[in-house]
Amino acid sequence: MIEVEIDGKKFQVEPGKMIIEVADQIDSGIGEIPRFCYHKKLSIAANCRMCLVDVEKSGKPLPACATPVTDGMIVRTRSQKAREAQKAVMEFLLINHPLDCPICDQGGECELQDVAMGYGQDISRYNEGKRSVKDKNLGSLVATEMTRCIHCTRCVRFGDEIAGMQELGTIGRGESTEIGTCVERSLVSELSGNIIDLCPVGALTSKPFRFSARAWEMEQAPSIAPHDCVGSNLNLHTLRQKVMRVVPRENESINETWLSDRDRFSYEALSSDERLLQPMIKENDEWLVTDWPTALTLVAEKLGKIAQEQGANKIGALLSPSSTIEEIYLSQKMLRKLGSNNIDHRLQQIDFSAQDSMPFYPGLPMSLEDIETQNTLFLVGSHINHEQPIAGYRVRKAALLGCSVFVLNPADYTFRFPVQDKCIVKPSAMPNVLAEVIKVLLEKGIEEPVAGLRELVNAVQPSEFAHTLAAALLTEGKKTIILGAIAQNHSHAGHIKQLADALAKMTHGHVAFLTAGANSAGAWIAGGIPHRGANKKNLTHPGMNTQQMLEARLSAYLLLNVEPGLDCANPLLANQAMSTAEFVVSISPYFCHKVASYSDVLLPSVPFSETAGTFVNAEGKWQSFKGAVQPQGEARPAWKIIRVLANLLELPEFDYQSCDEVYGELMQKVAENKADSHFSLSIPSYLPQTIVGIERLTEWPIYRADSLVRRAPSLQETVINDSPVARMSLDLANRLQLSADCHVIVKQGEGEAILPVELSDTIPDNTVYIPAGFGLTAELAAPFGAISIERSDS
Amino acid sequence: MSSQEKLSILSQAARAEIDHWLTKYPPEQKRSALLPALHIVQDENGGWLSPELIEGVAHYLGIPPVAAYEVATFYSMYDLQPVGRNKVKVCTSISCMLRGADELLAYMESHLGIKAGETTPDGRITLKKAECLAACGGAPAVMINRNYHENITPEKANELLDDLE
Amino acid sequence: MSITLNEICFRTLHQHEPWTLATYEQADGYQALKRILANKTPSQEIVEQLKVSSLRGRGGAGFPTGLKWSFISPSTPAPKYVVCNADEGEPGTFKDRDILRFNPHQLIEGMIIACYVVGATDAYIYIRGEFYEPIARVAAALEEAKAAGYLGENILGSGVTCRIHFHVGAGAYICGEETALLESLEGKQGKPRFKPPFPANFGLYGRPTTINNVETFASVPVILMKGGNWFLDLGKPNNGGYKVFSVSGHVNKPGNYEIPLGTPFSELLELAGGVWKGRKLKAVIPGGSSAPVIPGHMMMDLTMDYDCIAKAGSMLGSGAVIVMDDSTCMVKVLARNAEFYHDESCGQCTPCREGTGWVARVADRIEHGEGTERDLALMTQVAMAMVGRTICVLADSIALPVVSFMKYYREEFEYHVKHKRCP
Repeated sequence: MIEVEIDGKKFQVEPGKMIIEVADQIDSGIGEIPRFCYHKKLSIAANCRMCLVDVEKSGKPLPACATPVTDGMIVRTRSQKAREAQKAVMEFLLINHPLDCPICDQGGECELQDVAMGYGQDISRYNEGKRSVKDKNLGSLVATEMTRCIHCTRCVRFGDEIAGMQELGTIGRGESTEIGTCVERSLVSELSGNIIDLCPVGALTSKPFRFSARAWEMEQAPSIAPHDCVGSNLNLHTLRQKVMRVVPRENESINETWLSDRDRFSYEALSSDERLLQPMIKENDEWLVTDWPTALTLVAEKLGKIAQEQGANKIGALLSPSSTIEEIYLSQKMLRKLGSNNIDHRLQQIDFSAQDSMPFYPGLPMSLEDIETQNTLFLVGSHINHEQPIAGYRVRKAALLGCSVFVLNPADYTFRFPVQDKCIVKPSAMPNVLAEVIKVLLEKGIEEPVAGLRELVNAVQPSEFAHTLAAALLTEGKKTIILGAIAQNHSHAGHIKQLADALAKMTHGHVAFLTAGANSAGAWIAGGIPHRGANKKNLTHPGMNTQQMLEARLSAYLLLNVEPGLDCANPLLANQAMSTAEFVVSISPYFCHKVASYSDVLLPSVPFSETAGTFVNAEGKWQSFKGAVQPQGEARPAWKIIRVLANLLELPEFDYQSCDEVYGELMQKVAENKADSHFSLSIPSYLPQTIVGIERLTEWPIYRADSLVRRAPSLQETVINDSPVARMSLDLANRLQLSADCHVIVKQGEGEAILPVELSDTIPDNTVYIPAGFGLTAELAAPFGAISIERSDS
Repeated sequence: MSSQEKLSILSQAARAEIDHWLTKYPPEQKRSALLPALHIVQDENGGWLSPELIEGVAHYLGIPPVAAYEVATFYSMYDLQPVGRNKVKVCTSISCMLRGADELLAYMESHLGIKAGETTPDGRITLKKAECLAACGGAPAVMINRNYHENITPEKANELLDDLE
Repeated sequence: MSITLNEICFRTLHQHEPWTLATYEQADGYQALKRILANKTPSQEIVEQLKVSSLRGRGGAGFPTGLKWSFISPSTPAPKYVVCNADEGEPGTFKDRDILRFNPHQLIEGMIIACYVVGATDAYIYIRGEFYEPIARVAAALEEAKAAGYLGENILGSGVTCRIHFHVGAGAYICGEETALLESLEGKQGKPRFKPPFPANFGLYGRPTTINNVETFASVPVILMKGGNWFLDLGKPNNGGYKVFSVSGHVNKPGNYEIPLGTPFSELLELAGGVWKGRKLKAVIPGGSSAPVIPGHMMMDLTMDYDCIAKAGSMLGSGAVIVMDDSTCMVKVLARNAEFYHDESCGQCTPCREGTGWVARVADRIEHGEGTERDLALMTQVAMAMVGRTICVLADSIALPVVSFMKYYREEFEYHVKHKRCP
C-alpha cells in the first residue's frame, strides 16, 4: 500500500490505481472529478482532457484517469491550476456543442450539461458557426444526433472491447472527426444499446424512447430481465403507469453495467396493442368478454369434469420457461393435486431420454463470473451471443484472459470472441464428434469412466479437431463444456448430454447448461417438469413431457404464457394437439389469433413488469422483483389466477395471500431438504447415425424467443433478427438448382412450408437452417431431422 | 456480401502484393499491412478508394470494416471520391508560401479552370493543396502523381501540366 | 569561411551515386558494424560512446540518444523492435528526405547497430507515403545490404539476426510523433498514445521499442568509427557533433547544410547565400514551424545549438531554419502556420481538436482585415488554453508560435485590425 494525498485527504491505496479511481471510491469524500472519456469498464483514452488535475511536481496538469498514483503523491483537483485547465477544456467542448438542450432527450441526465453547470461560462467567446454533423442511421434501436458528439470515443471503445465487434469508429481526423460506421449500416451487436448509456451527451439516444418522456418525470423500479438465464438486473423507468424504458441496474456479478438489447428494448411489448385485457370465453365460435368469476368458474368446472370423467392424466400443462418460480410452483401444485403429472416447461426440446440423469436444475456449476476464470471452454450447440448475450460477454472476457474456446456447432456462427478451433458439422453428426473426442482420450490412456464407453465409441474416426480438443482438455486448469440451445433441443439431446458428461468426467471438467427462457432453473426447482416434483421430489408415476403430451392428444391443455405454434419444438404437432383437444385454456398477457382459434377460455395475465415474482438464473441465484406498474385492464398476475382456480377446484393448501407466501413455501422446502445434485453417469446404448440426405437445423432467433420479445417492434426491425427463410450453402443450392432469389417448398412429414432461399457460407452441406418462432415455419414439424426441399414455382 | 464476394473485389495482383507486405510483420499483426494495402488498391483503382474496396481490404486482413474506414479517412493520401487521371498537389505550407506557392496555385487554378480540390472536366487532373511535402529547400514544390517537382515557376508549371496525359 | 561541411550524414554526398553500397563501402561504410560484430562489443560500450558523443535526437525533441538506447538491453525479453522515424513533414524540414535519398546505407548501418545494442531482430523504417523516390532508394539499399550479408539471419557470420523492413505512411504530419507513428505502423489512425508508458516499455505491438529519427541513426556509424569524443569535439559541450540544418525561405541558396552545432547563425545564413533579393533579414523560425519565431537582429547573435536557441526562447527542433525577409507579412505567416496545425490535428484531445481550428480562424480573420481588437487577445488566450493540456505537443506547436508572433510583431497584427491590410 502507498499513501497519496488528494485535496488534503490522505489515502492508503494499492499502487497502480489511477487518481480518478481513488477519488471515485465511495467513501473518498472527494467531489467528483469531471470526466467524459473515462469509464471504469473501458480502456483509458485520456482524450477528453476534462479530468485534468494538479499534481505536485508536475509542470502540466495531468489527466486523473491516466495518471497512476505513486507513493507520496499530492493531488489537487480544485486548485487554480486544475480549475483553469478544467474550465479551458469545458470551453473547448462547448464551442461546437449545439445549444439544443430543450429538445435533447439527454436533457436532465446529460453529463455535459451537469459538468457545464460547474465549469462552463455563461457566454461563449466563440463567434463562428458551430460544426454540424450529418446524422447516421444506426438501425431501429439507437438514434443519433451526431452534432452533439463530443468525441469521447466511449461508444467506439465499447464495440471494440466489450461487444467484441468494432462497429463504430472515429471517421476522418481533427476537427472534422465524426463517429460513424463504414458505409452507413445498422448496428448488429446484440449489446448495442449500451452505447446509449455510455454516451455522455445526447448524440446516441434510444430510438424507441425518443421524445416520449423526460428523465426527471419518471419513476424507477428495480426488476429482473425476463428473457434469458443470465437474469440481468435492470431498472424500469415508468411514467403514469407505463414502462417508458429499461436501463441496466449495476450488478457486478451478473450483468456488470451492461444490458442486452433484448432485455433493454423488449419493454415495447408491455404496452402492445395485443395485450389481452379482459377474460374471454368462446361461445359458438365467438369470443365474448366476460368477468373473472365467470371465466374461472367455467375453467374449474371443465377441468374438474375432465379429471373426473376421463382421468386427471388427460390434462396437461405447458408453461413458459420465463414464468416466475411462483407461477410454476402453483401450476404444478394445482396439476399434481388434481392428479396429473403432465407438466413441462421444456417447450423447445424433443429428446428427453437423459432427463433422469439431470442435476437438480440445469445451469452453471459455477458463478457467471467464474466463466472468466476457465482455461478451456467447449461450446456445444450454442449460439451463445444470441442465446444469452451477457454470458457470451463473459466468455469473451475469458477468451481475452487466455481461455481457449472450442466450438462444436451445426452452423458457423460469428462469435464475439476468438475461437481456438471449431468443428462445424451437420446437426445429426454432432454426437459423433463428441464420441471422437472420447475415443482420442481413451487412446491416450484415460480410463473409461463407465463400462461400455470404449465399445460405444470404438468405430468412430477421430478428426483433427477431436485431437486438438482432447489435448486441450487434458491440460491443467479449469474446463467447462457448455451445452447451448441446439444441444438441448437436438433430436439426440440425450446422447449429447451423456457424452458430454463422460467427456467432463474423463477430463475433470464440468458440464454447464445455458437453458431457454429466464427461469428454466426455477422451473426444475419448482417442479415444472413431469418426472420430478418441487424440490426434486420423487414421483411414482412420472407424467408426460412436452412431446408426449402433444403426441397423446390430451383432452385438456392449460397454457401458461405459451403460444404453442411459436414456442414448441414441433409446432405442427402442437397446433394439431391444441385443435383436437376438448378444452384449452390460455393464461397469457397477449391475445394471439392462432391460440384463440383453438382455445376455449383466455385468461389475461400480466408480464413481469406488473407482478411480483422470482427468477432463478443459471448460476442458481434467486432474484425476486416487484411489479413496477399496476396490472393493465382486468389482467391479473398468473400466480393469483392459478390460486383462485385451485380454490375453485377445491384443492387444499391454496390459501396464499401474497406472492411472498408462495416463495416462502418453496424456499422452505428447498432449504429443509437439500436436494442431492449428484447423479450417476450413464451412457447411451448406441451412437446415432448421421443423416445421409438433407436435414433441418433450427434456432429460435434472438428476437423470436418468447411471446414478449416477439411483440417488441423495434427489435423485430433489427438486422440480426432472422426472418423465416431456408438458409443453405451455395453447394446445396447449386445441386438443387436453387438461387438466392427463389422460393422452396420444404416438406417435413405432413408439414409443408414455402420459404425464400438464403445462401450462406455458415451452413454445412446438406443442412438447411429454418428458424422457429414464425407463423410461416409453424407449419413444419420437429426442429431437427430429415426434410425434403424442392423449388417452388409460385 | 459473402466472404467470397468480399475477397474477389481485390484483384489477384493486389492480393499478391499485399501478401508481400504481410511478410514484414508478425503473423498476428496483419493489420500492419493496412496502409500499404490501401495504397495498392487505390493505385489499381484509378487513384481512389471505394467503400467496397476498403471493406475488401479489411476482410482480407481480417479486421472490422470500420477499422479500415477509420484509416482510409484519416490519411490525406487516400481519396474516397473518384479523381482525375493525375493528382497534382501544390504545397502551400510556410516555406513554399514564402517563395510564391499561393501565386503558383492561383496560376494553376486559372490555367486549369478549376479550384483546388476539383478535377478538370475531362478527368485529366485533380488539383489539390498539400501540407508540407518536406521539400522546402526547393520551394515552391509540387507533387505530381509519384514525383516531386521543385522550384516551380508558373512557366514550369505550364510545361508540367501540359505534359500530363 | 572555415567550416567543413558534411562530415556525418552527408559525408558521401560529393561521390558518384552516393546511395549505392559500393560507394558507401568505399567510404568505410559498414566498418563500424563489422568491428562491433567481430569484437562482439558489449552493448554497454556502444551506449557509452554515444553518451560521450552527446548525440541528441535529431527529430526535434533532442533526447540524448545514448540514454535512450540504454533503456532496452539484449537481456530485455523479446520480441522488441527498433523503429526509424522517417515521417518527415514539419514545415521547413527536409533533411531526412536527402539522407534517405543519398545515404540510405548509413541509416541502415546505424539501425543494425541499434538492433545489436538492444537485441532486436526486426526493425522498421516508417517513411512518409509521399516519398516515392526515397522509398525506392531505401528499398534498393535494403536489398543490397541483404545480398551483402549485412541483413538477414546470421549477418556476416556473427550469429546475429537483423531484418529491416520499410513501411509507408499515407499523409499525416502527426505520425512524426513517435507513438502516433507506432499506431500507424500497427495499421491504425496515427493518434499519439498517452505516456507513460513510453515506447521503451510499451512500443510497437506493445513491446519494448527504440525509436529514433533518420539523422540520429545515420550519425551513429560515424560516431562509433571515430569515437564519441571526436564527435563531441566537433560541436560544443552538451551539443556534440554536426547537425543538418535545412535552410528555407527567403535565402539565395536554400538547402541542407551539415555543420557543427554551435556555429553562429550568421555563418549559416552566409552559407545559404544570405537573404535573397538583397533584402534585409526580418525574422527566423529556427527549428521548424513549431518553434517560436525570433526577430532577425536577435538571431544574428545566436549560435545554432540546442542550448543557445532554447535560451533565446525558441527551440532548435529538427534544425529547420525558416528565413524571412523584411517584405514578409508576419500575420500571414502565422495564419498559414495555424492552418497547418488545424489541418494536421488528429482530433483526439478536446483542446487541440477544437482549439487549433479556433486559432486558425481568428488568425485568418485578422490577416484578411476582418479581425477586431478583441481577436488579438482572444487568439493568444485560446492558444494558451491548449498548452500542456493535450496528449502530444501538436497544440503547443502552434500555441507557442502564436505567443511569439504576438510578442515580437504585435504591431503588425494591430495594423491588420485597424487598416485591414498589411503595413
